[in-house]
Amino acid sequence: MGEKYKIAIVGAGPAGLSAAARAAEIDAKAKRSSPTYILLEGSPAHAKTIQRYQKGKHVMAEPSYLDLRSDLRFAAGKRELILNNWKEDYSRLGIHIRFDAAVRKITGKLGDFLIETGREAISAETVVLAIGLEGNPRKIGVPGEELAVQYQLDDPKEFTDETILVVGAGDAAIENALALSEQNDVWIVNRGKEFARAKDKNLSDVLAAINNGDSRLDCLYEARIKQIEARPNLSPPFSVVLDTAGGEKTIECHRVIARLGAEPPRKFVESIGINFPNARSDAIPNLSSRYESNVPGVYIIGSLAGYPLIKQAMNQGYDVAEFINGNDIKPADFPLVECQLRGLPFDLDPDVMLARFKGRIPMFGALNALAFRELVIESEVRVSYASNADFQAASSRVAKLIAANAAAGKRPRVTRVIREGDVIYKAGEFGTSFFTIVSGDVTLKPIEAGAVESQLHLGEFFGEMSLLSGRPRTETAIAGAACILVETPRRTMLKLMNSNEDVRKGIDWIFVVRELQRQFAPHATFAELRSIAANLKIQKYKAGDVVFTEGQIGDCLYVVRSGGITLTRKRDGQDALVAQIPSGELVGELALMGDPQRRETAKAAVASELIEVKRQAFVELTERGDARVLARLQEGASRRVTDIARMMVQPEAGSTMNFMMADGLGEATDVLIIDESLCVGCDNCEKACAETHGGIKRLDRKAGVTFANVHIPVACRHCEQPHCMKDCPPNAIRRSVTGEVFIDDTCIGCGNCQSNCPYGVIRMEYDAPKKPSLLAWLIAGLGPGLGEEPHYHPTAAAKDKGKKAVKCDACIDVKNGPACVKACPTGAAIRVGPSQFLDMIEERGR
Amino acid sequence: MIHEGVLRHRNARYLWVALLLILGSAVLYSTQRGLRPAGGGTWQGYVLGTIGALMIVWLAWLGIRKRSYSSTVGTTAGWTSAHIYLGIALMAVATLHCAAKFGWNVHTLAYVLMSAVVLSGMFGVYAYLSFPQKLSENRTGGSRAKLFAELYALDNEGREVARHCSASINTAVKSSIERTAIGGGVINQLLGRDRSLFILEDAGDESAKNGLTNNKDQQELIAYVSNRIPRVDKGVEAPNLESLLLILCRRQAVLRRIHRDIQLNAWLKLWLYVHVPLTIALLVALSIHILTTFFYW
Repeated sequence: MGEKYKIAIVGAGPAGLSAAARAAEIDAKAKRSSPTYILLEGSPAHAKTIQRYQKGKHVMAEPSYLDLRSDLRFAAGKRELILNNWKEDYSRLGIHIRFDAAVRKITGKLGDFLIETGREAISAETVVLAIGLEGNPRKIGVPGEELAVQYQLDDPKEFTDETILVVGAGDAAIENALALSEQNDVWIVNRGKEFARAKDKNLSDVLAAINNGDSRLDCLYEARIKQIEARPNLSPPFSVVLDTAGGEKTIECHRVIARLGAEPPRKFVESIGINFPNARSDAIPNLSSRYESNVPGVYIIGSLAGYPLIKQAMNQGYDVAEFINGNDIKPADFPLVECQLRGLPFDLDPDVMLARFKGRIPMFGALNALAFRELVIESEVRVSYASNADFQAASSRVAKLIAANAAAGKRPRVTRVIREGDVIYKAGEFGTSFFTIVSGDVTLKPIEAGAVESQLHLGEFFGEMSLLSGRPRTETAIAGAACILVETPRRTMLKLMNSNEDVRKGIDWIFVVRELQRQFAPHATFAELRSIAANLKIQKYKAGDVVFTEGQIGDCLYVVRSGGITLTRKRDGQDALVAQIPSGELVGELALMGDPQRRETAKAAVASELIEVKRQAFVELTERGDARVLARLQEGASRRVTDIARMMVQPEAGSTMNFMMADGLGEATDVLIIDESLCVGCDNCEKACAETHGGIKRLDRKAGVTFANVHIPVACRHCEQPHCMKDCPPNAIRRSVTGEVFIDDTCIGCGNCQSNCPYGVIRMEYDAPKKPSLLAWLIAGLGPGLGEEPHYHPTAAAKDKGKKAVKCDACIDVKNGPACVKACPTGAAIRVGPSQFLDMIEERGR
Repeated sequence: MIHEGVLRHRNARYLWVALLLILGSAVLYSTQRGLRPAGGGTWQGYVLGTIGALMIVWLAWLGIRKRSYSSTVGTTAGWTSAHIYLGIALMAVATLHCAAKFGWNVHTLAYVLMSAVVLSGMFGVYAYLSFPQKLSENRTGGSRAKLFAELYALDNEGREVARHCSASINTAVKSSIERTAIGGGVINQLLGRDRSLFILEDAGDESAKNGLTNNKDQQELIAYVSNRIPRVDKGVEAPNLESLLLILCRRQAVLRRIHRDIQLNAWLKLWLYVHVPLTIALLVALSIHILTTFFYW
């Protein structure tokens, strides 16, 4: 064939198209007659993965703070629009693209690669792999598969009144099955007993559909397809034999749709000579800052390089085309890094600074340069200055930068300039971010009186306690001289921990060490606790799991890292709840302090993580020589025993506590509780809430559960680890330092928070129209009156803005505290935190 | 902080304020000796009258304060607690002000209206203290919506089972469901009257011509069905009738709860519909009373 190019781009997804577009523009500028690049695509059309999205799917353009730098268009919108725009663009630019050219083999070296598709062999000096992670769809692997099975579903409405089998238990299978079941009879063939990998919303939707007798969706659990046979001249045309838990089963159907994920293309990539750091399926090959792999001349961009977002992939395509053509441009996110580091006292290239920082933090040694860069971009950088002159100089530098950007309509993150001795956070504040020290010192002052201060130095980190448990900060952190800190938000940190085992282990370990220090050995140093900590296990429990049982002989205690534990005792054959233990406290400590038999059964009230401390470790820790520690532990234990006894003699109190835990109050920090013996049903609480919150009430008094005069209306509980925060794309849900969880005005109305909240406290609503004043209503009867107007009609402007998520924000903006409590005329409504539950319940008993 | 009722708010501090006020008023009243008889005309009377008038305005202001959700002047519960104690103290102040001298005039009208307001308020305090607990116990941890949901489910069950019974039973059950009377006007709600009916096909001559029979508390229908059971012609009828009887008795239990819920709620809420209009009338009468005293001067 003899085609020779400078660049061969494999894969016509957003990354590959963008790279080809840039290469095309470079050629056009250099007025070349024939292209120096070729774009090879295995399927008949571009962007295979996005073509496979369900019809009408809304595609997002994250991250919002990143600018797009590409010759192709891209913005958030429907799948069809995006695909169309790309097609128009690449046609207009005259991109040299070859379809149905799946690359089978790549051999050679820099300057002379040979790329073999089925039909031809192409030579290129360099290769850009933009093949994504989707690979080829996994097959079921049974006889008869080729007759009836399809691996994607373009339009669920295409079929009507058919019997369809959907094989798979992931999000794609669930979404397809639910959509099809509107017009067809659908069976989901699930290899397991549950839908473990599904997103929360998909899980609840599919279970609701399966359990609903009226829906046309059903599920075969623990089932596999054994074979598929055709039934000529019969309808339905196929007969599928399955192995199920209850024996063999045959179903006649019209088609089978298999959504089993895809074979990752790892083997193909490795065959080129590219190394992956480990055997994990989510491993990313090591890349230089120009996306070059360990094989010189082979570049990797897009999701295969660890960047699953479209905008990033397109930026990388542009960048890599420039790099290969010898243009040493700065990456598209360079201005962001520049802004982040502008306040620092160095006059170095930001990339050089980043490399130095990374080198100083042992835990981040395993991250590749790109991942570290992304971490910094999503974090906030703080720098402290000792002298006033330096502080002013840096502040004015940063201020100039802000002004320049504001003029261009941008608001990037900039360095936060502080002074030596400034408080970074105070003990008792709520905060979930994680701090890494890149330079200088930080002093930590724990909250307990008489506790020892500690000094942390470069390469170390702090703030992990609140990150992992959601508890308020247990110490005050003070900036030392010339310290540089990277403050990373929780979401980013969790993503990093989930993808990087070293980081996870490192943070877990430090958490354990500091917790041990706090609870048992405040004077011990890290070095002393290091070996003990390394041997302690962290146990994870689901809600309802048993930690230990009454009557067992115990040889360990537990520190509740996150979540909440309930203790119950058997009385007259029933389980009576006697204590509720929140995170940060000890469970089962009496077994190591004189009473080896467990007197209670311990269960996780919500998903919890516990650190197990066995007798030997406990003895080692408490023998550090400080008698006060042991005294404090004993005091705590005797208080616990007294509380338990108090609960024991009031069985109704235990039932009430049980009831509250069952409604999820174990993870609440601030919950509205109504005493039914005082509530007269005047709804002033709801009216007050609506009137102080733009006419939309955030609580439903009548709804919710009741037990023994304790009524818990449906309203946000400001959970320790808020479920709503889990999946908020614009990060609009935040927690203030005083603990309130609130939604700010960057909400895009996607509804993820509503789906994720297990207590149903979030509503998606249009803005309510303005109403006449109170006096106008009282005297002239104008307007709908106080409280939320039922079935209000939003204005056209409100409809344009769209529905946004609304929920209780504990009156963070309202003076003098929660409106609901202040408006209750009979004192029935109160807001309490978990430390007051016991007092509240006991009051009832009096 | 933890739940305390409106009377015990802040250790019943307003009780002490009210007692002090009554004491002070009594002392002031007792200083009235001399030529002029005790009453509204003396300076002590004027002082007590002014205090009383200001109190009335402040007491009525609760209606606005309770709806001023951004106000930082105390809490609604505190205002209500003060309202109750000082409202009762008002009776003493007003009586001392007028020295219990009555006649057929607008001044006594104002006094009578004020007493009506205070007495209705006292009933309100009684209602607020005793009914919520009774309501809560009656609902047994559910809500009114839940009771109705239970009722509707039982209705459906009943209709389904009745379909398999004889025509007269079917008619009786269906009509009893359709003609179950819940709530009604104010009197019906307050008295908890049950005017439910059902159609008894083979009724005697005591009932109305179309067979409509009184079904208060579902009792007649239950008696009708239970009387059929030992008199069935076919064996297959009996189990149907027995399950029907069970459903009807469950329905009766739920309806009793619903009726009681409605009745208690009516007593809980009604007094305010007397208290507030009387207050408006009082304010009018008071204004006239004050205005006309200037003519006496």
